[in-house]
Amino acid sequence: MITTDILIIGAGPTGLFAVFEAGLLKLKCHLIDALPQIGGQCSEIYPKKPIYDIPGFPEILAGELTDNLMEQCRQFQPGFTLGERAETMEKQADGTFIVTTNKGTKHQAPVVAIAGGLGSFEPRKPPISNISNFEDHGVEYIIKDPEIYRDKNIVIAGGGDSALDWSIFLSKIASKVTLIHRRNEFRGALDSVEKVQELKNKGLVNLVTPAEVTSILGHNHVTGVTVKKSSDSDEEFNLMCDHFIPLFGLSPKLGPIANWGLNIEKNAIKVNNSLDYQTNIPGVFAIGDVNTYPGKLKLILCGFHEATLMCQAAYRIINPGKKYVLKYTTVSGINGFDGTRKEAPKAVVKKIE
Amino acid sequence: MDQDVNITILDRNGVSHNIDAPTDMAMNLMEVIRSYELAPEGTIGTCGGMAMCASCQCYILSNHDLPSKQDEEEAMLSEAFYVKENSRLGCQIQINPEMEGLKIEIAPES
Repeated sequence: MITTDILIIGAGPTGLFAVFEAGLLKLKCHLIDALPQIGGQCSEIYPKKPIYDIPGFPEILAGELTDNLMEQCRQFQPGFTLGERAETMEKQADGTFIVTTNKGTKHQAPVVAIAGGLGSFEPRKPPISNISNFEDHGVEYIIKDPEIYRDKNIVIAGGGDSALDWSIFLSKIASKVTLIHRRNEFRGALDSVEKVQELKNKGLVNLVTPAEVTSILGHNHVTGVTVKKSSDSDEEFNLMCDHFIPLFGLSPKLGPIANWGLNIEKNAIKVNNSLDYQTNIPGVFAIGDVNTYPGKLKLILCGFHEATLMCQAAYRIINPGKKYVLKYTTVSGINGFDGTRKEAPKAVVKKIE
Repeated sequence: MDQDVNITILDRNGVSHNIDAPTDMAMNLMEVIRSYELAPEGTIGTCGGMAMCASCQCYILSNHDLPSKQDEEEAMLSEAFYVKENSRLGCQIQINPEMEGLKIEIAPES
């Protein structure tokens, strides 16, 4: 059991800034995120794109903002459960909450802050009618353990970075790799595209373009796929394989949070915006893009504000009746949980003779 | 109101909406759909309009001469689902006065 003061669901910019604000109040945080890395949409969708409306930054790349936020909260030693999706939340008799992930990891805290953005990122599944029959029986949307593809005949579909990168990687261990894409052009890092071109020339990757997979063959397990060439003739043919890996990127879905008993409106969690961004369940807050209230704006800067007010309310729940006054970091400095201290340099008092 | 164009949008349930879209607010088709809430929040414009998610895919039903696709839109549509000949990403279509009478259908969610 992982225990903490504030359990934050979602390690995007809002969740990361909440760690900093909580740290100023000597509250410790642990974050859960379905993605294997921190940053949320900023790292998954647009790390190399600039943002122009972060106060104090005329221009900053989304990836840089993530790095900065991590650096800013580092001394408060947040814990992370990454690559796992928060599945259930159960209120305990003592008022705390236990949140369990899809992999069974349990977390306990008196305050839960949902900073889940648009939800957890799930693989986009191609609309092939019989595909669901083969999930985990030769169809995988995410590659968890590349070893299962050793000496196997693999078909990958997709035209982005992950399709290219996995084709390159699996060409070393699989007996055969076929990459299928609807166009001849691929959108990915230039060196990945060039590498696949090189592997194709050497006969190590079988490239089928422009084409798409239209159905899956097999009874209990994938034995092949039907491929439709999108040329003039529209010819269809069967391609034998042991695994079919469609890699069409990820899209966010609100997911299991929708079943936690929270008031949901327009795919977002209703909160009390006049006070502290608490949900209808006392002790559970929703901050950032995942919440909604009259006048809500889905902006990172609004998430920062909401995180700050949430932390004040969390302090009062965790330390009932305890006095507190707002402190300015410039005046008080920052005492890290790791023993570090940041503070403004003292003024020099020296006589001029 | 003379700056508005009249657009017909078929939502994902097949319901037709006749709406006015401003041409002077630098709005794109995805934003127009969101502003009229013709598709639930969270199911359209996921990436914010960067041609990176295809959640705003539309089918163009009228014969308007729209600005042609840029590489990013072309690439995203090549990875999207339910793509047809007349597919476009709403976020890449800026509303302008030539779009008076435009008729589109919002593609299924994927």
